[in-house]
Amino acid sequence: MVNLIDIVLMGLLLITAFAVVRMRDLFAIVMLFSIYSLVSASFFVNLDAVDVALTEAAVGAGISTVLMLGTLAMTRRYEERRPRHAPLLPLFIVAVTGAALIYGTLDMPHFADPQAPIHQHVAPRYIEQSGTEIGIPNIVASILASYRGFDTLGETAVVFTAGLGVLTLLGRFGRREELSDGRSMYHDMILRVIGKALVPLMLLFALYVQFHGELGPGGGFQAGVVAAAAFILYSIVFGWDRAQKIISPFVLNIMMASGVTLYALVGVGGMLLGGEFLNYNVLGSYPAGGQHLGIFLVELGVGITVAAVMLSIYFDFAARVAVRKMEAR
Amino acid sequence: MISVILDILSWICLMGGSFLGISGAVGLFRFPDFFTRIHASGVTDTMCTVLIIGGLMLQAESWQMLAKLLMILLLLTYTSPTSAHSLAKSAIRGGLRPTLGSGD
Amino acid sequence: MYIAATAAILIVMTLAVIRAVIGPTLYDRILAGNMFGTKTVLLIAIMSAVAGRADMVDIALVYALINFIGTIAVLRYFEYSTEEQEKAES
Repeated sequence: MVNLIDIVLMGLLLITAFAVVRMRDLFAIVMLFSIYSLVSASFFVNLDAVDVALTEAAVGAGISTVLMLGTLAMTRRYEERRPRHAPLLPLFIVAVTGAALIYGTLDMPHFADPQAPIHQHVAPRYIEQSGTEIGIPNIVASILASYRGFDTLGETAVVFTAGLGVLTLLGRFGRREELSDGRSMYHDMILRVIGKALVPLMLLFALYVQFHGELGPGGGFQAGVVAAAAFILYSIVFGWDRAQKIISPFVLNIMMASGVTLYALVGVGGMLLGGEFLNYNVLGSYPAGGQHLGIFLVELGVGITVAAVMLSIYFDFAARVAVRKMEAR
Repeated sequence: MISVILDILSWICLMGGSFLGISGAVGLFRFPDFFTRIHASGVTDTMCTVLIIGGLMLQAESWQMLAKLLMILLLLTYTSPTSAHSLAKSAIRGGLRPTLGSGD
Repeated sequence: MYIAATAAILIVMTLAVIRAVIGPTLYDRILAGNMFGTKTVLLIAIMSAVAGRADMVDIALVYALINFIGTIAVLRYFEYSTEEQEKAES
């Protein structure tokens, strides 16, 4: 049964990918991309990779779709005409490269082979020692936040930089209180009621995913994305100006920076208490307790930064669209 | 004894849900117009969800699973009809009109 | 029992994707995407019931929330861009 699901999902991926390449209507392509992300998420669930599936579902099908739509609202809807030259040379190059890649995979070990090199060196140590050294049930969280904590610090810094980049390029429009986008979907009363009821539930769920990340799938990234999605829902239904009164850009800037700073401060705290940078063992009275505290603070930092950056990017896009509507009037 | 009853009930629910799902998908194909397809998709989506998750809830092994499935059920019952309604409303505002019958 | 339900859901997902690829208007595609999302939630719930793990149901819950937001966002931005195009043409 597992193989049947795999085959059908891969077939759906192929169909969707073909359709994305052949279509010219960009809104339809965005919808198909969200379908593609969902099929990937189901595929990851089938492979038993639950943290990755959660992130793919939340980021790929949710935030990516919304941000791409925001971009489309600022540009055209249809793609340009295809160029008129024959695609024979590019097709030949792609076919040769694809054949070379497939030939390369013939040498790789079988899927899930226990003798494969990847299962010989680091992975058994993490799986066997993680319970005693760190003591949280979710091994993915312990690898992400503790064993490879430095990489995660780099990833958080990358997310922060992306937020900074969008902020620099698209700019902020300061305090124009008259800027309003016509109360967007306010005319639809059913949507207003349901949307208003869903927002606190989503925020509560984001907190649950954040703090439950040590026990099950979850963690900082996913929680940040769900929290941002809650505010984006409010902003879509009630209008961008009301959403800005709830969370102003100033607060978002502070949150963006404070998440990364918290992460780095945990590392420096480890140094001040006698260990190396990002060594959590020294943070508590016994090593596993120190690890718990360190992972908790670090995931909190990641969650704050990711939520603030996603929301800030969305507000930048929405501000642009609102300004264009005002100028068009 | 009670496990046999639960098994039978969840069989009925899951089969009913699957039937509704497939009929919804077939309707999505065969109906001629967008507004009729909303009927097929919206109604059968919600009912299929209720039946399938109800069937899974009867087979749940721990109370956490039962609670989470209940939450999914409530959430989808709230949001799935709302999406269908918003879609229809946006389509009307966007200028799409249903193809009307010949009038006889 | 679970096999039959999974097979039925996979059939529905395939049909929904085909409708998303064919559908003449954009609204057909949004409808198909929405239906696909709901069926994914059901598929993940069934897979987690088969595996017996209660924590995989979290993914289905996140997905159910995100699906709703995705549909609403597409509708809102589509209204924006059709208004813009009408103003640009007029």
